[in-house]
Amino acid sequence: MEKFTKLQSKAIPLNIENVDTDQIIPARFLKATDRKGFGQNVFRDWRYHKDGTVNTDFVLNDPKYSGSILVAGDNFGCGSSREHAAWAITDFGFKVVVSSFFADIFKGNALNNGLLPVQVSKEFLSDLFDQIVSNPNTELEVNLEKQTISVKNSDLSENFEIDAYKKTCMINGYDDIDYLVNNKEQIEAFEAQKIY
Amino acid sequence: MTAKKTLFDKVWDSHVVSTIENGPQILYIDKHLIHEVTSPQAFNELEDRGIPVFRPDQIVATADHNTPTLNQDQPIRDALSRKQLEQLSENCKKNNITLYELGHKYNGIVHVMAPELGVTQPGLTMVCGDSHTSTHGAFGAIAFGIGTSQVAQVFASQCLLLTKPKSLRVSVNGKLKKGVLPKDVILYIISKLGTNSGTGYFCEYAGNVFEEMSMEGRMTVCNMSIEMGARGGMIAPDDTTFEYVKGRQFAPQGDDFDKKVAYWKTLPTDEGAQFDKEYSFDAEDIEPMITYGTNPGMGIKISENIPVDENASFKKSLAYMNFEAGESLINKPINFVFIGSCTNSRIEDFRVAANYIKGKKKAENVTAWLVPGSKQVEAQIIEEGLKTVFDEAGFELRQPGCSACLAMNDDKIPQGEYCVSTSNRNFEGRQGQGSRTILASPLVAAATAVEGKIVDITKQLN
Repeated sequence: MEKFTKLQSKAIPLNIENVDTDQIIPARFLKATDRKGFGQNVFRDWRYHKDGTVNTDFVLNDPKYSGSILVAGDNFGCGSSREHAAWAITDFGFKVVVSSFFADIFKGNALNNGLLPVQVSKEFLSDLFDQIVSNPNTELEVNLEKQTISVKNSDLSENFEIDAYKKTCMINGYDDIDYLVNNKEQIEAFEAQKIY
Repeated sequence: MTAKKTLFDKVWDSHVVSTIENGPQILYIDKHLIHEVTSPQAFNELEDRGIPVFRPDQIVATADHNTPTLNQDQPIRDALSRKQLEQLSENCKKNNITLYELGHKYNGIVHVMAPELGVTQPGLTMVCGDSHTSTHGAFGAIAFGIGTSQVAQVFASQCLLLTKPKSLRVSVNGKLKKGVLPKDVILYIISKLGTNSGTGYFCEYAGNVFEEMSMEGRMTVCNMSIEMGARGGMIAPDDTTFEYVKGRQFAPQGDDFDKKVAYWKTLPTDEGAQFDKEYSFDAEDIEPMITYGTNPGMGIKISENIPVDENASFKKSLAYMNFEAGESLINKPINFVFIGSCTNSRIEDFRVAANYIKGKKKAENVTAWLVPGSKQVEAQIIEEGLKTVFDEAGFELRQPGCSACLAMNDDKIPQGEYCVSTSNRNFEGRQGQGSRTILASPLVAAATAVEGKIVDITKQLN
């Protein structure tokens, strides 16, 4: 897993609530057996019309916007457990997703893949959308160590919460498998005295 | 005095291997269910790191998401699907994992076949790379969906690193009206609470409505817990649960079974145990439900009108569905009906449908797919004579699998078409690119197929 400490970038505003994992990566693209290449189909049915032509109305196709931060509406990532959604978002080039609420499994999947979910207040999210839409060159800064997200050249800033263990993992690029495999003896001991 | 505990606390706490200071806990997983879509990358990960599968005998595999529902004895035409299924077979063989592949008499949707075989039991922890793993909570197990990185973690250690979720209880008491099925109960709950009300929580369903429900009905309810954001749903194990588990292939047998039952009886939530959040509803308020939007929380009683809301995401949803705020769905012509999915593809669902359909004919405009959840359900449909009812009415009984719930195989609803579906999700394009899904019970789905349009089923019942 890639390490993450700090990021300064422009952002893409996806102002839609309840974005589900079927929109992030439709089921028909889940047939691959490796983790790579899902980025080309991220938000596939919003990015392209059924005939394959580009939907110029969709924000990811708007040349005004760029950057490695996706700012999304409330309850992002609901629905399926498919980790392909996190793979698709990272493969497309995003390193941070900001929303006022994340679905549990998506949040876990993101953290396990070095994609930082930054949960902010509804008010701050609304300010972010306003800022980015009025000035698409708006730069955001996300600092994982300090747990802050701020809009450059403004006084807009907020702290965000993250599980202390997951924070350490992100900063150091660790993952859970290393930890668990190193605790095998303890797991075997648990198995030997299971009480249920 | 010992602390009063919830069902969830009891099962969770007995599976904690250890707790990391200021961090998550190591939770032991008893059963790991896998399928072809979310496991290949996990197997690759393990192979790349040179880590063996730790407890292969605690893993059960099935092929379900990609499988065709016709000609299952023939080679699969879609090359990518075929490759994914072949890879599952190879991975299971290489790692000594029991696999019920396509054509096996135990093959089926993971959340249908596992309970059916007795793999699912009270008091266990169960995971699967599929969000509807919450289904197994119907037995009083902690069961939840995981991502592929976590599938790899369980392969490597039979454990997961997790922070204990909060607890939520939804109580429904009273007498359900005629024609109100378990699917209506859960659609009603989600329509009242919203799609993120359960996020961060494990939900227990309590009250006489769930106590009186069959195991299959309880599975339907728990299956959709994820649709209100909860990682899982649970129902306290009772005599209905024990009777269901008894005698199944992987269930404890003889004295072992009796000992287990004695333990399972200790699991229900203690009187006075505290939940972080509680909701309660009256059974009398629930009616047959349908959804009008693009998430399962956008549901109404079939006799109600679509609400009016100025929210932009709400309007986007209605625009996708081509519905107007304030209108009724009654008399909307429907060309596709799907009875299947891990929510409603069990024998009771087909009995309900057959009971309604018997002696009637499907409307000419309708394509009606019936997709059993497993080979065993398929066999039962034939054995009980339901297939004859379906054939005579013009319904198409296909072979088991996830099918048109998520349309990873050929069973897709065409662009712009409406499908009244017993599945769990009405997301944009879920049943095929541009398709429009209306979620409902097997009874409402059957009635829609017969009428060729949405009808107020409550009028027929009373």
